[in-house]
Amino acid sequence: MARIVLNNIAHRYGAVTSSSATQSTGDAASYALKPLSHVWEDGGAYALLGPSGCGKTTLLNIISGLITPSQGQLLFDDNDVSQLPTEQRNIAQVFQFPVLYDTMTVAENLAFPLRNRRGINKLSDAEIKQRVAEAITMLGLEKLAHQKARGLSADDKQKISLGRGLVRTDVNAILFDEPLTVIDPHLKWQLRTQLKQIHRQFGHTMIYVTHDQTEALTFADKVVVMLAGEVIQTGTPEDLFKHPLHTFVGKFIGSPGMNILRCGLDGNEAIVDTFRIALPCHYPVLPGTLELGIRPEFIRIVNQGEGMPVTISAIEDVGRHRIVRALLGSQALDIVVPEGVGIPSHAEVIFETGNIGIYHNSRLVNSTNTGVS
Amino acid sequence: MKSWNNKAWFLVLPMLLLVAFSAIIPLMTVVNYSVQDSFGNNEFYWVGLEWFKEVLESERFHNALMRNLLFSAIILLIEIPLGIAIALAMPRRGWGVSVCLVLMALPLLIPWNVVGTIWQVFARVDIGLLGYTLTQLGFDYNYTQDVVDAWITLIVMDVWHWTSLVVLLCYSGLVSIPQAYYQAARIDGASRWAVFRYIQLPKMRRVLVIAVLLRFMDSFMIYTEPFVVTGGGPGNATTFLSIDLVQMAIGQFDLGPAAAMSLIYFLIILLVSWVFYTVMTQQDADSAPGRGQS
Repeated sequence: MARIVLNNIAHRYGAVTSSSATQSTGDAASYALKPLSHVWEDGGAYALLGPSGCGKTTLLNIISGLITPSQGQLLFDDNDVSQLPTEQRNIAQVFQFPVLYDTMTVAENLAFPLRNRRGINKLSDAEIKQRVAEAITMLGLEKLAHQKARGLSADDKQKISLGRGLVRTDVNAILFDEPLTVIDPHLKWQLRTQLKQIHRQFGHTMIYVTHDQTEALTFADKVVVMLAGEVIQTGTPEDLFKHPLHTFVGKFIGSPGMNILRCGLDGNEAIVDTFRIALPCHYPVLPGTLELGIRPEFIRIVNQGEGMPVTISAIEDVGRHRIVRALLGSQALDIVVPEGVGIPSHAEVIFETGNIGIYHNSRLVNSTNTGVS
Repeated sequence: MKSWNNKAWFLVLPMLLLVAFSAIIPLMTVVNYSVQDSFGNNEFYWVGLEWFKEVLESERFHNALMRNLLFSAIILLIEIPLGIAIALAMPRRGWGVSVCLVLMALPLLIPWNVVGTIWQVFARVDIGLLGYTLTQLGFDYNYTQDVVDAWITLIVMDVWHWTSLVVLLCYSGLVSIPQAYYQAARIDGASRWAVFRYIQLPKMRRVLVIAVLLRFMDSFMIYTEPFVVTGGGPGNATTFLSIDLVQMAIGQFDLGPAAAMSLIYFLIILLVSWVFYTVMTQQDADSAPGRGQS
């Protein structure tokens, strides 16, 4: 187990590796992964969240060594592993689609990564047997243990792929690349809980790639959000919810996502259409696109004359609360209304000042967070 | 109750006619000859299974059959591993792919009798590049006089001609393996051998079945090339069943025995092919649900 440090790592597909390490001046758009420094703490459960094609898999493959980055340094604890081949990094990785050795039985599949060990890491047959038996119990594969791996259901196949990572209890990290994509929904939940349990039991560093926010938020202690080859925010699920540093995070996390309204600034007031909205602090004059972000949970519906008038277009009852789809001037606004709160016919809204964020070119303007508790 | 849709027969009819004229009727003619004797003048006498008995008991048939089996065995033992090895060594992307594929396809595009002629000339000790060079280098090589030399020449020729087919089939199997398998193998710390044994070979099994069947059937029926190169000699050393059959039917005009021999020949190929197929697809049958999927 190890602390994994990325030191100014970047990757461009098709670029000459390693020799071009000093030439980071290339066209920024061609990066699959923009220069990035990041620390994965030992024993952390991380989710790597982002839309398809944002560089999540590239980042994962760099850590496991399947891809050699165009530049930068990768450290496990204090050891530079940038040049080590995958086999020597002792990393487990589970892929999106099940990968099985067809001709082996389920138990042989699980034993395979252990049997491949040579030299000082070599395990005795008894030890391999015991670990395989543990993994089989953990994944509930007892009935299939001695069946050939081909011809099993997708669920079982993916469990075996997971298992090949989990038998290696001494790995530096386990990387999951959207491992539950092919799994049945009810089993998904069960497996995720199991992974969480395994994490508590063994304390592996786990990095879990997904584009599903529920998956990310339930699995991880810390979520790393990526967009277009760049890490835009790292934090606990709560951080991401309360203080999104980027409009993408605001939109992506939460259901419904954050309201992002085009606005202008005037000292400590924001101007949305014709409305002036009080802000928690004073903002400097900024060129470029300005947006005001507020979560639907932090908007309150009030009676006529107390706030800004909105036009309600739909009300969705989702059980614990209702989601009101409305228009504020010309801009769409989602409002979460708790149970038991009435919605007047001529509704007006007020924004909770402390929970408003101002975004400049999609990024949060720093000074806002100071006033938020 | 299932009711028969008689209209369907009309749709099958053209195909039935085609198969009848191309396969069933000629085959029946052979069956007809195999149970009769003729002394010319279009007079035939029923002899029952006499010809079959004669052929099966004749030493000439046994020898030719042994030659065929030995030849096919050697061919398979060389061409299959060699084909796999070349396929593994071929590039997977870039301009090298097309170059390799074209080079590989070339021998397959040459008519069989031309292949025979090429090697007949190539291996001649007086004017052939190969034969002459070998002789000059001090090797005692002459395929028209030495049995071993004749066999080596035929085998090298067949390997040259047909290994490409095995290579192309294996290559098609290899390129269809998703990248994730190789990545998973690296994660699992698999050795090069383990990757071959547990990923590449199992994924190639289906194409290998085809390769083994095609190469067995073709080599077992080999006629043109040895006919052109050695003419069955020296002596009878390279007289395979097919050559023997033609000699019997056309050279000696023994239609009855030749017909019986053709049928036996046909049944042997059918039987051996069936054995190969059954053995090689056994694993599929073990895990029944996988059967029939691609």
